[in-house]
Amino acid sequence: MIHMTDKKANENDKPRIGVFVCSCGSNIGGFVDVPSVADYAKTLPDVVYATQNMYTCAEDGLSNIREAIRKHNLNRVIVASCTPRTHAPLFQATCEGAGLNKYLFTFVNIREHCSWVHMKEKDLASKKAKDLIRMGVARARLLIPQEEAKVEVEPVGLVIGGGVSGMSAAASMADMGFQVHLVEKDGELGGFVRLLNNLYVTEKGAAETIAPLIAKVKGHKNIVLHLNSTVKSVEGFIGNYTVGIAPKGGEEKKSKVGTIVVATGALEFVPEGLYGYNQYPNVVTLTEFEILCKRKTLPKLKSVAFVQCVGSRGQKMSYCSRICCNVAIKNAINIVDNYEGMLGVMEKEGTLIDKIPRQKKATDEILERRRRRRGRGSEGEGDAEEVKLGPSDKIEVTVFNRDVMSYGVEHELTYNKAREKRVKFVRYTVDHLPKVFMEDNQLKITYFHETLKLERTMPVDMVVLSTPLVAQPDAGDLSKMLKVPLGQEGFFLEAHVKLRPVDFATDGIYVAGTCKGPADISESVIQGSAAASRAAIPMAKGYVQAEALSSVVDETKCTGCGTCIEVCPYGALRKNEKGFAEVIIAACKGCGCCGATCPEGAISMTNYTDAQLLAEAKASLDEEV
Amino acid sequence: MADKTSGEWEPKVIGFLCNWCSYAGADLCGVSRYQYPTNIRAVRVMCSTRISPHLVLDIFKAGADGVLLGGCHIGDCHYITGNYYTEKRVRLMKRLLEESGLEADRLRLEWVSASEGEKFSKIVTEFTEHVRKLGPSKVKKDESLMARVAAADDASETFRLRALSGKEFGLVTKGNVYNNKLDPAELDKIIDSATEEEFERSLILELSRTKPRSVKELGGIMELPTDKVLRHIVVLRQKNMITMEHPEGFTPTYKTIEIGGEQ
Ligand SMILES: Cc1cc2nc3c(=O)[nH]c(=O)nc-3n(C[C@H](O)[C@H](O)[C@H](O)COP(=O)(O)OP(=O)(O)OC[C@H]3O[C@@H](n4cnc5c(N)ncnc54)[C@H](O)[C@@H]3O)c2cc1C
Ligand code: SF4
Ligand code: SF4
Ligand code: FES
Repeated sequence: MIHMTDKKANENDKPRIGVFVCSCGSNIGGFVDVPSVADYAKTLPDVVYATQNMYTCAEDGLSNIREAIRKHNLNRVIVASCTPRTHAPLFQATCEGAGLNKYLFTFVNIREHCSWVHMKEKDLASKKAKDLIRMGVARARLLIPQEEAKVEVEPVGLVIGGGVSGMSAAASMADMGFQVHLVEKDGELGGFVRLLNNLYVTEKGAAETIAPLIAKVKGHKNIVLHLNSTVKSVEGFIGNYTVGIAPKGGEEKKSKVGTIVVATGALEFVPEGLYGYNQYPNVVTLTEFEILCKRKTLPKLKSVAFVQCVGSRGQKMSYCSRICCNVAIKNAINIVDNYEGMLGVMEKEGTLIDKIPRQKKATDEILERRRRRRGRGSEGEGDAEEVKLGPSDKIEVTVFNRDVMSYGVEHELTYNKAREKRVKFVRYTVDHLPKVFMEDNQLKITYFHETLKLERTMPVDMVVLSTPLVAQPDAGDLSKMLKVPLGQEGFFLEAHVKLRPVDFATDGIYVAGTCKGPADISESVIQGSAAASRAAIPMAKGYVQAEALSSVVDETKCTGCGTCIEVCPYGALRKNEKGFAEVIIAACKGCGCCGATCPEGAISMTNYTDAQLLAEAKASLDEEV
Repeated sequence: MADKTSGEWEPKVIGFLCNWCSYAGADLCGVSRYQYPTNIRAVRVMCSTRISPHLVLDIFKAGADGVLLGGCHIGDCHYITGNYYTEKRVRLMKRLLEESGLEADRLRLEWVSASEGEKFSKIVTEFTEHVRKLGPSKVKKDESLMARVAAADDASETFRLRALSGKEFGLVTKGNVYNNKLDPAELDKIIDSATEEEFERSLILELSRTKPRSVKELGGIMELPTDKVLRHIVVLRQKNMITMEHPEGFTPTYKTIEIGGEQ
């Protein structure tokens, strides 16, 4: 499984170092005495060749390096120029081209770290450049050639979670020709969307909208569907995972997979103890409300209040759940438009349904106030009827909000539409949270009118609480099993918010959908497809190559205490059959944490050994000779 | 670096910079031409978490006047949790420096992101000046200080301190094997007293390396009550790290066992 690239230099050869000092035009040459630095380099131990170039990274500079390697039989190369962060790959490739292992190359930064930051002190800058090269030489003398491990990648994907994001990921990977195991803990595909009534922007039925995706996944020849199943164990590393998948109560079956996509979704926050939830029967959450609408089991209502940001944005959860404003607007419009179609006889099963009262007559007071607000007298003259009324004449909908986050083009239009339909948006602040209570057998909501600076009370028949999406309670188990991190709020944490939004820092594992934070369906589908294409890269390539930066365990010193395994952020260490720590080269990123931690000092770092670092650092303390 | 022309002392400052943030910040500092004193010599490491206390203490032993560790801001480490460990280890290094008597503020930890070029120049300028005020490190000139810094270095390499600083982050975030999360202040206390003990023991070993010494003599040099020295010696003898010589004489002396023994 592991192939090694050819070893190019013998580690026992006496170092023969070549130093190439770059002027970088005047970028270095203007502020550092390059000729004297190059002369000085010649005097350092094991340096057999030193020269200066105008531009070392230009073709003649590079061919100068290649020639010198051959002519002077160099087995170490030092370039003193700009920064390794941009130019190391170029010079390393040049060395390799001339038959020198790239790990025998040393970079010394005399531009960003010297000439450009000491522009008015040529003597001191030149002295520093000499010191830096002396440090580089000290390091170069201790370098040893390294081999890079090539690891084959199993062209099979695993997707955990069969919601819209997981299904999108599985379908994309399968379409690319890879076999995919899709593991869903429920008995059905579809995830949270299955519970929903209609979907915003499309206003189409939720089930109807995702039916084609479910059909595609079910019928795909490359997808192995594991319903009612969970992942019980994960072992291995990118390209070579062995995962145990078990059906509920059944036996675990092992499969080999190369990459993994996590798409386990989120749950709705239960507002226990907030706004009379679980205290008064007709206080429900958004999801419960959608279920009522979907089943056409709404009780008769005259007035509905939505309360936004329940438990979010600094109350229980710190974040904004992003979707709930739009979901509340969707439901507000829906109830105004389709209220009559959603009324129904109460179902006797579900506990939720039981607690919704059969019928609530809106009191005259509401009707009265509603008329007043529309500019009509309570006596209602005939001409008042000419005022064109939206459907909300039948039902009054109020959305109590802190701010309405109807971002983007579509959502703002939907928000405007809701206003046209006379959905009222009333702002509240955290200093004056609305209060829900029951009085004379009537549910009421008290709020502080921010413009009038007055407390108002209004009777309502139903209160809908918009609560945030929250992380799955068992996300921690999966996080431990896969050794990928969770953020503060319990959602999975991507490698980089901006640049690697669907990758985990651990190679070979990707993330999509609401398990990494609130998102709507389109976003979840985008993320699912993105994660699939990221996961496909190593599978299409067929192998991954690991930079030789890994840690190395000395089994003669290791006691098997496991401390290193605990601190490694990538799960790149495990215990071998002998009970000693073992590095999984393909998974190790070379951070060095285990090396600095191992209580026995049994771990050293390839290419960054203590000896190399100390030699380099201490060389700076020597006096220039 | 001592300037030969003027003969004036110049602080020798070594920087360990992580590749992804602070080294990149130093690069940006150059690109933006923010100037700073020429004293610092930077060594690139992949992550600040690579820097074990031994690396730093050994460099102080070699005579460095100041050591600057640069990492990513907490939460931004390229290796996710690397710099949490750095923070814990730096605390330990400073505690050990305090024990040794070398000014702990010769060591500084700073978070510099890849976009904080100007901040890098400010930090280096400020730190260089700070070290200049502290004056040259006396480690190379003062034998007893050297012995104490060496003892601090040895202490940092003991199983106990390495294991504690390795597990510390996990203990306060994930909890111990019984899932009890430890109170960070409580843990700091445990680590502090372990640090003191390990330092004293390492110093006993350091002092008794070249010459056998009596408990009284050790107590005198270390400014410790003799019963405390004796207690350390009992532990060190159990670990087979020190041996008693001339037991027939009136005052037994102790000599460090060079090889073997459990650390
Ligand atoms: C009230 C409400 C209304 C909404 N309305 C809209 C709307 O109108 N329009 C819109 O675009 N979005 C809407 N959304 C958002 C939408 O529900 C989400 O964007 C979508 O469900 C995210 O899909 P997902 O696949 O990431 O997660 P989910 O749909 O949560 O799917 C995750 C799946 O993973 C499974 N799973 C979990 N853990 C495991 C495990 N350990 N092993 C195996 N399987 C596991 C779950 O059973 C589930 O099937 C609404 C959300 C709410 C709460
Ligand atoms: S920390 Fe060191 S001794 Fe402990 S298991 Fe890892 S390598 Fe072995
Ligand atoms: S060097 Fe870092 S990534 Fe590699 S095994 Fe050690 S802790 Fe893990
Ligand atoms: S990579 Fe910068 S501190 Fe870890």
